[in-house]
Amino acid sequence: MKNSFEYAALAPIVVLLGAGVFSILIEAFVPRTSRRICQLFLVLGSLALSFGYVLINATKTLVGDPATNGGQTHGLRQFAVNGATVIDGAGLFLQGTLILIAFVAALLLAENQVDPQGDAFAARSSTLPGSEDERQFTAQGWTQTEIWPLFLFCVGGMVLFPVANDFLTMFVALEVFSLPLYLMAGMARRRRLLSQEASLKYFVLGAFSSAFFLFGSALIYAVTATMNFGQVSIALENAGQDTLVITGIGMIAVGLLFKVGAVPFHQWTPDVYQGSPTALTAFMGAATKVAAFGALLRVFYVAFGGMRWDWRPMFWVVAILTMLIGSILAVTQTDIKRMLAFSSIAHAGFLLLGVIATSASGLSSSLLYLFAYGFTTIGSFAVVSLVRDAAGEATHLSQWAGLGKKSPVVATSFALFLLALAGIPLTSGFTGKFAIFTAAIDGGATPLVIVAVIASAIAAFFYARVIVLMFFTEPPVDGPNVVIPSWFTKIAIGVSVAVTLLIGVFPQPLIDLIVSSGIFAS
Amino acid sequence: MNPNNYLVLAAILFTIGALGVLVRRNAIIVFMSVEMMLNAANLAFVAAARSTGTLDGQVAAFFVMVVAAAEVVVGLAIIVTIFRTRRSASIDEASLLKY
Repeated sequence: MKNSFEYAALAPIVVLLGAGVFSILIEAFVPRTSRRICQLFLVLGSLALSFGYVLINATKTLVGDPATNGGQTHGLRQFAVNGATVIDGAGLFLQGTLILIAFVAALLLAENQVDPQGDAFAARSSTLPGSEDERQFTAQGWTQTEIWPLFLFCVGGMVLFPVANDFLTMFVALEVFSLPLYLMAGMARRRRLLSQEASLKYFVLGAFSSAFFLFGSALIYAVTATMNFGQVSIALENAGQDTLVITGIGMIAVGLLFKVGAVPFHQWTPDVYQGSPTALTAFMGAATKVAAFGALLRVFYVAFGGMRWDWRPMFWVVAILTMLIGSILAVTQTDIKRMLAFSSIAHAGFLLLGVIATSASGLSSSLLYLFAYGFTTIGSFAVVSLVRDAAGEATHLSQWAGLGKKSPVVATSFALFLLALAGIPLTSGFTGKFAIFTAAIDGGATPLVIVAVIASAIAAFFYARVIVLMFFTEPPVDGPNVVIPSWFTKIAIGVSVAVTLLIGVFPQPLIDLIVSSGIFAS
Repeated sequence: MNPNNYLVLAAILFTIGALGVLVRRNAIIVFMSVEMMLNAANLAFVAAARSTGTLDGQVAAFFVMVVAAAEVVVGLAIIVTIFRTRRSASIDEASLLKY
């Protein structure tokens, strides 16, 4: 076998990881006062360059007959680094989605006008909460610009995750994007004890689940003698019903289902969403979901597609539990970030329908849902970061009463995001749900769709409750205010609103793009 | 000796590690148990590489070692931060976020 490294195909990943290394050099050599501006230019520039490379790869004309390429006519379809990664249509779409989401999230992370003390991260996260050191660093206006290299490595890992084509590459990508997230979760400026606790919980449970993923891959490797998804699929056809294979598939599923936050592996989600700095929650909630579902789809479509009769019953149970428990527990929440976290669990359940369908339409509807959901999530958390009182963000639901009277624009955009999460027509949420339910019915999972519709109805209740609270109740006397942010957050919310409306009203161009990008290569 | 016995040993080590994560309270011990799970996976990889006559498993073991080292750096940083704030490394005491 000839050893090769296809730089063109991997350019989006190489650019981001290279920018991460460069970003560390900026931390080392650029004076403190000008670091922030340098880092911002580097981050936004490298994301734009990386997106450009994704576009170049996506517009390359495919040689060969579309019939043998899963209907795909455009976009690179290439195995890179001896089959360790595969750049195919669906993978390119996921990469593009991730980079766009990361770009909007970077704008949110850069926001420093909302909090009078500075940006969302602690002045020095090494100082003790409440100590004299912390007060001094905050008063001197220090900022923790080290989040930018962490952010770049994280995005680089995420962009590699859904195009990984063997279990080892997938594991390394998983760790590359998880480790920075564990750290950034613990660096909030306000409520630092909660933030550090969220970080500890995320880290312990995340490391625990990635060990499951790894041991599962070892078992699959022991049976099939390969870690490449395509070859695993071929080897499993001959292996038949082996205990090791079933155990291996189960353990890999545990690792990936943890990352998407499916019940019973969801325990970390509400705590981490609530404790992390809100700008980071927006990024994590949107981008981790896209990356992890991309990888979950690839593993279970390509490597274990032939074994679907063995893993589908387990996924049915997980999907039903996830949808119902996510929606029901969200009803009882009194904290807005926690409520959105449980809503994200319910959405993971809806997305599992696309995995269970195991068909071309299941894949394309999942991609559509992920794109729509990602922007809605970023937008809703961006709004949460604007409602503040003297102690920081006001996240208790009672504090949101009468927000529509104080700031109609912010309250209306939040209402739009909630309607999209509920799946009301003319928003992107409806388009995604409609596509994914149709695909599930075609795949023979009608009972699951009935459960999903019931869960959506329960979910609509708590979304509507917040809207009623914002528009039809009187504001409390000493309630929080809506802060006027800088252009960074304005652009982020504006883009999210635009995407949510556009995909709701005019989804056809995006659907055409996804359908033409074709299925996973194997 | 039959390499499959090493797979059994790896499974036992993995189970001990998983139980350690679930029942121990000290964050450092929990963390050690996670490392043990990763090393159990390493043993399984190497044993499988021997029994299947391929090299992928041995390469995987090296990658896992590097990743485990990176995880130590991040994990200990988080645990030390928690310890300095609370004067305790108990997993159970970090319980401000619930319900």
